[in-house]
Amino acid sequence: MPYWVFQDEEVLRTELGRLFRGPHWSYLCLEAELAEPGDFCTTYIGNQPVLVTRDVDGQLYAFENRCAHRGALIAMAEHGHAKDFTCVYHAWTYNLQGDLTAVAFQDGINGTGGMPPDFCMARHGPRKLRIATVDGLVFGSLSNEVPPLEEYLGEEILARIDRLLGGRTPVVLGRFTQELPNNWKLYVENVKDSYHASILHLFFTTFGINRLSQRGGIIVSKDGGHHVSYSAIDRSADDGAYREQKIRSQSDYRLSDPSLLDGFSEVGDDVTLQILSVFPGFVLQQIQNSVAVRQILPVAVDRTRLNWTYLGFADDTDGKRLARLKQSNLVGPAGYVSMEDGCIGGFVQRGIAGAGDEFATVQMGGSDAASSSSRVTEAAVRGFWKVYRASMGFTLESA
Amino acid sequence: MTPTTEALLASRVHATLSAAQGDYVRCIDDDRLEEWPRFFTEKCHYRITTADNYRRGLPAGIVWADSRDMLVDRVSALREANIYERHSYRHLLGAPAVVSVAPSGEPDEPVEVQSETSFLVVRITGDGPMDLFACGRYIDRYLVEDDRALLRERVVVCDSSRIDTLLAVPL
Repeated sequence: MPYWVFQDEEVLRTELGRLFRGPHWSYLCLEAELAEPGDFCTTYIGNQPVLVTRDVDGQLYAFENRCAHRGALIAMAEHGHAKDFTCVYHAWTYNLQGDLTAVAFQDGINGTGGMPPDFCMARHGPRKLRIATVDGLVFGSLSNEVPPLEEYLGEEILARIDRLLGGRTPVVLGRFTQELPNNWKLYVENVKDSYHASILHLFFTTFGINRLSQRGGIIVSKDGGHHVSYSAIDRSADDGAYREQKIRSQSDYRLSDPSLLDGFSEVGDDVTLQILSVFPGFVLQQIQNSVAVRQILPVAVDRTRLNWTYLGFADDTDGKRLARLKQSNLVGPAGYVSMEDGCIGGFVQRGIAGAGDEFATVQMGGSDAASSSSRVTEAAVRGFWKVYRASMGFTLESA
Repeated sequence: MTPTTEALLASRVHATLSAAQGDYVRCIDDDRLEEWPRFFTEKCHYRITTADNYRRGLPAGIVWADSRDMLVDRVSALREANIYERHSYRHLLGAPAVVSVAPSGEPDEPVEVQSETSFLVVRITGDGPMDLFACGRYIDRYLVEDDRALLRERVVVCDSSRIDTLLAVPL
């Protein structure tokens, strides 16, 4: 990987066009955030502002958050409830589907001024997005060439989304934004890098928290763009392995209040960790009972906005809800196991200054981008770069 | 004119709170984090959230604790497990506004004081950049007894939803 991909302004411009506005699906919001007709939220695809609404017909719609007149934002609030939208600049009005319905002083005043007689409102409006949902996650695309969402994700990824969210009603427990001092792809690499987890994140090992023997692996989608990293309690592990693991714990630190980790089986299976990413910038996470979605948005070559939405579910008991709130300490900007991810990208961004023509090495676990039962691999990272290279029109030679 | 008992109590409570607030931020800014949990009662609530979450009644926090021991664990994790670039804070506080004073319900009759105090935090990374890291308000419930105040609850409400890079040291 040449380091200039993390530094070059022109590369970022191309990414915004070819990846985020190109034939890919970007996460927009949760259906749960738009429960009632008239609910809306403002979000982004890449750096482009987008408005997502639920109209009175109960359907979801998404369109650019840009007035067709002179380009001002149509809606400024992050979420709200509206009958229609009126641009504050010149009061052009749009319905919940993004159609222009009124132009202030369209016919002028007393026969003077006004729009030309051939002005056709139907031909002026913000661009509309294709929209698709899976298990309450709303995705959008500005491209007409993008394949249907199910096909884009593939069966294996769909099954893993369904495992966590299928048939459940998510409830938003909190929303936080982390501003990362690095290129967005450095965060994506970090998410897909199952190799770093036990090395950089020392919380579990430091506190000697026995996670029993874990079995797990990674799934890389056929084209390489999406991935799942997971681990589960291995019930076949014998006491010997259990003790051995305990002995290997390298410190005497213990939690003073171990209730932090009082959890429950999230969906009735033994999986305690599932990190799932969708190309280009979406993450669905289960770490114990901390469930969250993350939206990765490029801001500048060395600036990334990471939007966290922490989730519970409508049928949570009080005990389960309490466990989720306690375990939210594991993730987010102050997370015991995710805090480091906030700064590591910045360390790389600063480390590579002056080294634009040098290369990163991603050879752990071989050179392919395939699923494996080992998590000590950079296969999912390679998968991302495979899709990235093809989508950007780069060849190996140009690197 | 002789001040009423009520006015005397109010000014005493205010002085106690001011002193407690001053000690609290000095403890953090001086990097004596091991002492930080002692500002709280054993059973307590500490949460760092944003004005948007607070307004919408969303319960999760960037940091969320319901016991003093969870705060102790926060500090040991920062010291022993978590990896981040060396940095420190400088807190600037507004005067505490006392919202209410009420009997606490505890046997030896300390009072429970609800207060709100604005803060501004500059983060100093290494010996280098000074960044305006956070501003917001502490929404507190103090147990005040014999000129000593302990936090039963501190909800740190940051005005912005954005956290730069990471939040390691508590606010």
